[in-house]
Amino acid sequence: MSDHEYTPKSKLGKWFNDRLPLLTLSNHLQEYPTPKNLNYWWTFGGILTFCLITQIITGLILAMHYVASADLAFGSVEHIMRDVNYGWLMRYVHANGASMFFLAVYIHIFRSLYYGSYKSPREVIWIIGMIIYFLMMATAFMGYVLPWGQMSFWGATVITNLFSAIPFVGESVTNWLWGGYAVDNPTLTRFYSLHYLFPFLIFGLVILHIWALHVPGNNNPIGIDLKKPSKDTVPFHPYIVIKDIFALLIFLIVFAFFVFYSPNILGHADNYIEANPLVTPAHIVPEWYLLPFYAILRSIPDKLFGVIAMFAAIFVLVILPWLDTSKVRSAIFRPLYKQFYWFLVADVLILGYVGAMPAEGLYLLVARIATAYYFLHFLVILPVLGAKEKTLDVPLSLTEPVLGGSTNEAIIKKKKEI
Amino acid sequence: MSEEKKTNRRDFIFTASYALGAVGVGATVWPLVDQMNPDASVKALASTEVDVSGVEVGQSITVLWRGKPVFIRRRTSEEIAKAKDVNLDDLPHPETDEDRAKNPEWLVMLGVCTHLGCVPLGDKGEYGGWFCPCHGSHYDTSGRIRKGPAPTNMEVPKYEFVNSNTIKIG
Repeated sequence: MSDHEYTPKSKLGKWFNDRLPLLTLSNHLQEYPTPKNLNYWWTFGGILTFCLITQIITGLILAMHYVASADLAFGSVEHIMRDVNYGWLMRYVHANGASMFFLAVYIHIFRSLYYGSYKSPREVIWIIGMIIYFLMMATAFMGYVLPWGQMSFWGATVITNLFSAIPFVGESVTNWLWGGYAVDNPTLTRFYSLHYLFPFLIFGLVILHIWALHVPGNNNPIGIDLKKPSKDTVPFHPYIVIKDIFALLIFLIVFAFFVFYSPNILGHADNYIEANPLVTPAHIVPEWYLLPFYAILRSIPDKLFGVIAMFAAIFVLVILPWLDTSKVRSAIFRPLYKQFYWFLVADVLILGYVGAMPAEGLYLLVARIATAYYFLHFLVILPVLGAKEKTLDVPLSLTEPVLGGSTNEAIIKKKKEI
Repeated sequence: MSEEKKTNRRDFIFTASYALGAVGVGATVWPLVDQMNPDASVKALASTEVDVSGVEVGQSITVLWRGKPVFIRRRTSEEIAKAKDVNLDDLPHPETDEDRAKNPEWLVMLGVCTHLGCVPLGDKGEYGGWFCPCHGSHYDTSGRIRKGPAPTNMEVPKYEFVNSNTIKIG
């Protein structure tokens, strides 16, 4: 980036660019050399940016009509649904947009896991991404509280009570979070304030995420370092821009299906009942995107350790670049890792399923096994694979397997020397 | 510069400035943090008086105190006997029934599961007391945790009988 030479053609452009190099930045974003073998799993970065902007715009509009007050919040949401022009559309796009956002972020994260995008030199991109993911969960949770339905209220109660597991200061911390002795009006108003703030923090972090990405450049399905620019790269515009837009359109079809044909399928019917502090719904479930972590929380029969396990499940992702010690990035060249990757995907899906089920009997047993396997994957399997796995030969360039056909002599030589 | 590191006047000034700066930052940040604590109007609702004259034996009522449900149960003699007939060693959080219900007929406690704060359901669970539907904690007829993830018994708030028909909670 720093070696980027660019001079605007017009005199005015040159004058401006000398004072604020915005045109250099814009040129960098157009010319940015991108691996030419990026597949459609790489389009989710763009899709996620779209999701964030959609949430900010629809949220801004909802905030014009919503009233953050324990007495008025539930009514104001119904007012948005029934009276405000296109209010139903704004709310359904915002509510389903959150689910679409998480769908995209999970695909984005699992793409990274498959192709080893978190490995050196991209650890900082990964860690910023994990902070974004964590903030997304906090934002989504607080947003879910705002309609002040039964699930809002009891979801907020259960999640804020997680902090009461902290030894000694737990109770003071929860009272501080609530601004009272239970979830009530002060809790609602502060959640509203923070729900409004966090997306802008996420936006700032997204800029850092992209900045950190543009230092080493994109990883790619082969997972090798590329010379940039070279025969192995294409400029971001128009090649990647067009591909991203096409993928976004497909994604929007799914998005629109939920918004227009089943806007409530991802929500919970109990949230159309106004919050009642005297009655807990028979079965409390968080939104689908938090279910795996909820399953981990419930699978541990001790309150404090359950909470620790849940946060550890997120933290273990943050230190992943140092747990996976294999030098080969892409799973394509890691026959064993490839299998364990799919085990992990299945494990997380199972955790999500049992998280939605009552915590008893067989479900509880399955949740415990799946929780154990989740930690086993990151803390034992990955470090062992890094040391023991026999990886396949990695090509030297993207064009080589296509044009050369033969395995690379230099690599074979190197391996023999070792 | 001298080759040996000596403490001089400048080091003292640095340390003193950092210390004073830290105190200043702390004093500035505290109001920003403390504003989130329960405010005066919330604290003012500290006590509630409840008329329990209409509660028959075997019935319970739920009242709201500080935004939390309080269970007031007039226990049957079987329930009292069951609560007393428990070996303390079997309890995850040992408390005698006498300590929890001064007047054994009346059990007054916060109807808040000590796991993650749901409201347990009455006359349910394996011990004939309460059962929390959220994560499966079982409480006995004294509101003591017997089975499940909750760490402690349901909390007994400060309360007193103002007269035979009225309980003051808080």
